[in-house]
Amino acid sequence: MLHTFGFERCVATRFLREGRVQTLLIIVGVAAGVAVVAYISALITGLQKNTLDKTLGAQAHVTLSERDDVVAPALVLAGRSVLLTQTQPRAQRPRSIANWQALVPLLEAVPGVAAVSPTLTGAGLALRGEASKSISLIGVDLDRYDRIVGLRAKVIAGTARLLPGEGIIGRELADDLGVRVGDRIGLATGSGAAGITDSLRITALVDLGQRELNRRTVVVPLRTAQSLVGLPGGATSLELTLHDIWSAQTLATELATRLPYKVESWQEANSQLVSALNAQSVSTGVIRAVVMVVVVLGIASVLVVSVVQKRREIGILRAMGATQGQVLRIFLLQGAIVGAIGSALGVVLGVGLIWAFSRLALGDDGLPLFVITLHLPLALQVAGVATLCGVLAAVAPARRAAKLDPALAIRM
Amino acid sequence: MTESTAPLIELSDIHKTYNAGLPNEAEVLHGLSFQIARGEFVALIGPSGSGKSTLLNIVGLLEGATSGSYRIEGQETNALNDAGQTLRRRATLGFVFQFHHLLPAFTALENVTLPALMREGCVTPEQLQRALSVLKSVGLEEAVAKRPGELSGGMQQRVAIARALVLEPHLVLADEPTGNLDTKSANEVFDVMRRMHAALKVSFLLVTHDPRLAARCDRVIELIDGRIERDEAVVAAANPEPADAHAA
Repeated sequence: MLHTFGFERCVATRFLREGRVQTLLIIVGVAAGVAVVAYISALITGLQKNTLDKTLGAQAHVTLSERDDVVAPALVLAGRSVLLTQTQPRAQRPRSIANWQALVPLLEAVPGVAAVSPTLTGAGLALRGEASKSISLIGVDLDRYDRIVGLRAKVIAGTARLLPGEGIIGRELADDLGVRVGDRIGLATGSGAAGITDSLRITALVDLGQRELNRRTVVVPLRTAQSLVGLPGGATSLELTLHDIWSAQTLATELATRLPYKVESWQEANSQLVSALNAQSVSTGVIRAVVMVVVVLGIASVLVVSVVQKRREIGILRAMGATQGQVLRIFLLQGAIVGAIGSALGVVLGVGLIWAFSRLALGDDGLPLFVITLHLPLALQVAGVATLCGVLAAVAPARRAAKLDPALAIRM
Repeated sequence: MTESTAPLIELSDIHKTYNAGLPNEAEVLHGLSFQIARGEFVALIGPSGSGKSTLLNIVGLLEGATSGSYRIEGQETNALNDAGQTLRRRATLGFVFQFHHLLPAFTALENVTLPALMREGCVTPEQLQRALSVLKSVGLEEAVAKRPGELSGGMQQRVAIARALVLEPHLVLADEPTGNLDTKSANEVFDVMRRMHAALKVSFLLVTHDPRLAARCDRVIELIDGRIERDEAVVAAANPEPADAHAA
């Protein structure tokens, strides 16, 4: 098999070499197309990963909570009477998941679930001197919660620890209140007639990746939150982290049918983000498709011209005994060679563009806005598709060449 | 009729019509019949438009006859599809064209090894030796590494002859191989063909406009308006001796 298509390879490469400028131009064209596709793909992949990391870095993949309170519909009266009703939606009060302690091991056993954390959330105020800031109170078991959002990795000052009377707050909230690690702040919640107040010592400051989250997050031990919100022994939600974030919606739907709770995936909680990501993916796909179509048309047009230019040579080859299949393969190979060389150069060019982006597109801190890399599988995929496009582009010219009437071609 | 006793080629009542059924329909060959035996050196002459090139294309399986029978070594070619015709062409026929038609991107040696490369997918050392030997026998041992653009018209035509002969075909079809050459080069090329004919016992069917070259062939078939006007052996007396006589 060493000499498979030896004749076709030999003639195809000679034809391309003979084409010089023509061949060079189309290879540069393919390389530019592949570079754009590789760069755009890597950029969008990096951007999406960055966005997802920032978004999901501070929230669970799936959240399970009690169903919302709803107004029970009035009974329809029988007979000829007409009932005119006007209902007001019920205010949603904090409610604990019934028997959540039994539910935790059950959820941990579900395939695909990496961690489960009982959480109790409520609203309140953080107080320091005359300053008071509206906060979102999150009561957690630190070890479990850390597996959901990686809280320990987000600590920028102090040491993450949640003993009774201790708390972790966001960076911007600390700035607003003028506190540092080790200082105390007061907490007030509106539960009960007179409200409840408590104080806690700050053990760590965290950066959750979003300024608004940093401005209102106060993480306290679960028991502290239970007393502050007025739900002794309760947990308002169970937060789940999954091994595969994209299975969240499927799992949420499945759990919602099996369990009498409200189950929400991160996609549902961030529907606008998901729409934006989908729009980005679609746009990337469209750009890739358009560029590939341009690549195909470019290669095809050059090969069509080549077939016309080489008509006489094709006629001679046919007269010498070249089969239609051999002539067909000569031109398919030319498409493949142009596609492959252009792809290889394009991937190198794409890596160069990505390098330039990483060096030039910097944030305020002088670091790259986000990390983009062209992973080998993506590079191979782009190069493979472009090479395949080269072959596809060559199909029509190759068929035309193979069907040339040798007698007519020689007379040209 | 077995292959060994059959004529090399045998044409019976060959008609060729272009644009059949259209207002511009034109029959260019009107029922031609002739045979060529192994080892014959035949000239095909006639004025322009008499159908010589069309006949050569039919004999070379480059185009089909509209009707009639064409047998190569006893095998009817009408039944062959394109692939069958290609393989038959590859096995039996060699071509030399008026305008040399070498591949410009290949050297003289590469042009001559192309048929082997086409057949086998590679060129064996034996085939390379064979190509060099044929090039030497046409007087081009010094030009093997040159591309067609670097060779004179006569030299290019000798490369084309070497290419046509390298796979030892049974019949070489030459379409006015000297038509584009000066008299001296034309005689050289013709001499090479006669020499190779004698050495390899390969048959030649040579289209020419040159009556002096036709007179140096073994047999002349003259076509006029698509019909065979004359088909006769050239008598030795009428076969004057070549190069010097025509060089002037």
